Amino acid sequence: MSTMTALSTQVYSVFIRATPQQIWEAITKPEFTEQYFYGARIEVKDGRRFSNIGEMEWDEEVLEAQAPSRLVHRFVAAYDPDMAAEEASRVTWEIEPQDGGITKLTVVHDQLESAPKTAESVAGGWMYILSGLKTLLETGKPLAG
Amino acid sequence: MDDDDRVFKALGDSTRRHLLDRLFERDGRTLTELESELEMTRFGVMKHLRVLEEAGLVVTRREGREKLHFLNPVPIRLIHDRWIDKYTEHRVAALADLKHELEDTA
Repeated sequence: MSTMTALSTQVYSVFIRATPQQIWEAITKPEFTEQYFYGARIEVKDGRRFSNIGEMEWDEEVLEAQAPSRLVHRFVAAYDPDMAAEEASRVTWEIEPQDGGITKLTVVHDQLESAPKTAESVAGGWMYILSGLKTLLETGKPLAG
Repeated sequence: MDDDDRVFKALGDSTRRHLLDRLFERDGRTLTELESELEMTRFGVMKHLRVLEEAGLVVTRREGREKLHFLNPVPIRLIHDRWIDKYTEHRVAALADLKHELEDTA
């Protein structure tokens, strides 16, 4: 992911042995997110997505919320001053049930054209977050470390 | 075949690794773009892309008329978290044992 075009849209996908409803709750309720989202307490309610890490608090606009299958929201990396100054990008969570009790979760992070620092920084983050979310839902425990 | 089998099978082929390298350089490409960089028929490239897609290493999205291929590194991360962390754990445990032993005999 070394060029601007490469970074403007990023797609991450993972299969999780859980129901769409479980995944929906895990991405919209703070008691779940704090276990895999870098300790952030994140809550989706009333058309906003509220985040809280330590002393920091911020919120983003929810563009679309169709429980338990689709969540679209603005994304601002408010935890870092340089990135926070960039334009807001967009994150889409797609939750699709598959056969055999498996659900496919896809995260599309796009509209990153005017947020190159954010684009560079989030790539490793999404991998860590999705891996942690899968582990949490399948084992009931957060990733070690 | 389980998920890991599919990932290792998909990675066990130099053409498919090459396709992933191309997507790593520039993500979100069409079949035609990918095909132009390989000395292979369109059908051959499609077959390899399908194996990568089944392993979850490539995700496709429609944008307008085009079908774009994206590199999805999450399955590789899962293997990392599952195996590499285990090795790290052992190393840490071995060092902890060594520390106990040395401190006990001191």
